[in-house]
Amino acid sequence: MPTTTDTLPITSGDDVVRVRQKVRVRATEIGLSLVDQTKLITAASELARNTLDYGKGGHADIETILGDRRGVRVIFRDRGPGIPDIQQALTDGFTSGNGLGHGLGGARRLVDDFDIQSTVGAGTTVTIARWKR
Amino acid sequence: MAVSSHDQALVRLFAEGEAEILADWVSTLNLRETRMTPQEAESQGRAVLHALGKAVAQGNANDLRGAEYLEVREVLQGFSRSRALQGFSPTETATFVFSLKRSLFAQARKTAKGDEAFQLLWRVTELIDQLGLFTVETYQKTREELIARQGKEIEELSTPVVKLWDGIVALPLIGTLDSGRTQVVMQNLLETIVQTEAEIAIIDITGVPMVDTLTAQHLLKTVSAARLMGADCIISGIRPQIAQTIVQLGVDLNVVSKATLADALALALRRTGRVVSKLKVPSPSAPQEPPAEARG
Amino acid sequence: MDSIPILKIGSALLVTIQVDMHDQLATRLQDDLTEKIVQHRARGVLIDISALEIVDSFIGRMLANIANVSRLLDADTVVVGMRPEVAITLVELGLGLPGVKTALNAERGLALIGGVSAAGQAADDADDD
Repeated sequence: MPTTTDTLPITSGDDVVRVRQKVRVRATEIGLSLVDQTKLITAASELARNTLDYGKGGHADIETILGDRRGVRVIFRDRGPGIPDIQQALTDGFTSGNGLGHGLGGARRLVDDFDIQSTVGAGTTVTIARWKR
Repeated sequence: MAVSSHDQALVRLFAEGEAEILADWVSTLNLRETRMTPQEAESQGRAVLHALGKAVAQGNANDLRGAEYLEVREVLQGFSRSRALQGFSPTETATFVFSLKRSLFAQARKTAKGDEAFQLLWRVTELIDQLGLFTVETYQKTREELIARQGKEIEELSTPVVKLWDGIVALPLIGTLDSGRTQVVMQNLLETIVQTEAEIAIIDITGVPMVDTLTAQHLLKTVSAARLMGADCIISGIRPQIAQTIVQLGVDLNVVSKATLADALALALRRTGRVVSKLKVPSPSAPQEPPAEARG
Repeated sequence: MDSIPILKIGSALLVTIQVDMHDQLATRLQDDLTEKIVQHRARGVLIDISALEIVDSFIGRMLANIANVSRLLDADTVVVGMRPEVAITLVELGLGLPGVKTALNAERGLALIGGVSAAGQAADDADDD
């Protein structure tokens, strides 16, 4: 299936904004509905922030997928400390005042496809995707 | 492309006998069965036959997917689609095509003999069968598109948001709430809240026969979203069985609930600071009333 | 460094967020607001997010922080103008904006801020009909 990919660095708050903007462009290209776009971009924003705050910086690969199904996929990679207990991280919610909780569970609910690989001491890779209905 | 000898017989059949085949086809076509007028049969028949003859002459006698059959496909598609949209049955539609066999056989008998005749008849059968199947498939697809479109229209019709008063809107839900429908409903409600600057949204589920966990969760999400935006919700029309189901499911429907839409409206009016009171003096257009005793 | 303008409306402060907020801007806003609440003895803070197409946990935390600090300074915080798709996303995300009041627009928001209640105002209006 043909794809086009952009790779953006994530090393600052401004980079998080750029990731959002690029994802928005791709989402608009394939014609995602407003709500689906908003969910995807919000999820991307959350994960980009995680990459920055917990992963000590990394990259985002943003792909448009054209084929029988059209979609947008974003892969977040970092070489940070990794997540010791992924299950725990997925169930942590946003508790008020508590800055902890990666919000991964929430981000997962916003997308169609969600995958996370993480090794302590090596880094984390999170892949998300939303498809046009 | 080289035309084999068998196909040459077929090519000749169409080329030399087109007029006779058409005449026979139209006259033997059971107009009642296919519900066609003689004029329709004549013009459709001529179009199909002509396109067929051209396709066969280009050397393709049995592959409908070939480029040679583009015109044939288009003519049949047009015919089949219009039949499907008008509500004709698949049989009525396909009979038009299958009845061509008889006429082709009749013509073949005149021009071919012995083994060649058998080969020719087989070729004809193969060809017409494919055309018939193609016609039925197009018919099928058209019906499916129609049903999908109607389904969408029904969906849209059954989720209107009504303004009951300044700042009060109501969403009377009818039917079951599946995942897809709920999203549409939710967005509709929230957008209307913004447009009408509603303070209170009444979600009436009198017309919802069954509530399962998913439905209850969707309702909950809609209420939460409305609250986040600054509007409050009241749910009305929860039947006893549904109330029990919700409790059993353990879903915490954290929202005010009223038995009827009327009760919900009364509450909404109070909440938005309004009072409804009877007129003390009868309006001029009111019918003659017997003198009233002192009323509270 | 740029900053977000804070307007005074009666006894309330109005902030309109129109840009993608980065960390420094958010910190600057919170500092400015805290200062102005005290300076003007504001009873409330209105935050207009009608221009925001995305509200993520970063913004959510900022809003909650503003609400918490304001409360300690005896001021209400009302977030107004949230877009439907943002509300739907926040619910799905599980982000509730605790301690933050919300209203459809600035006018309603002002009514929520300590003093005249919305119902009382509406009752007064009804008497005039």
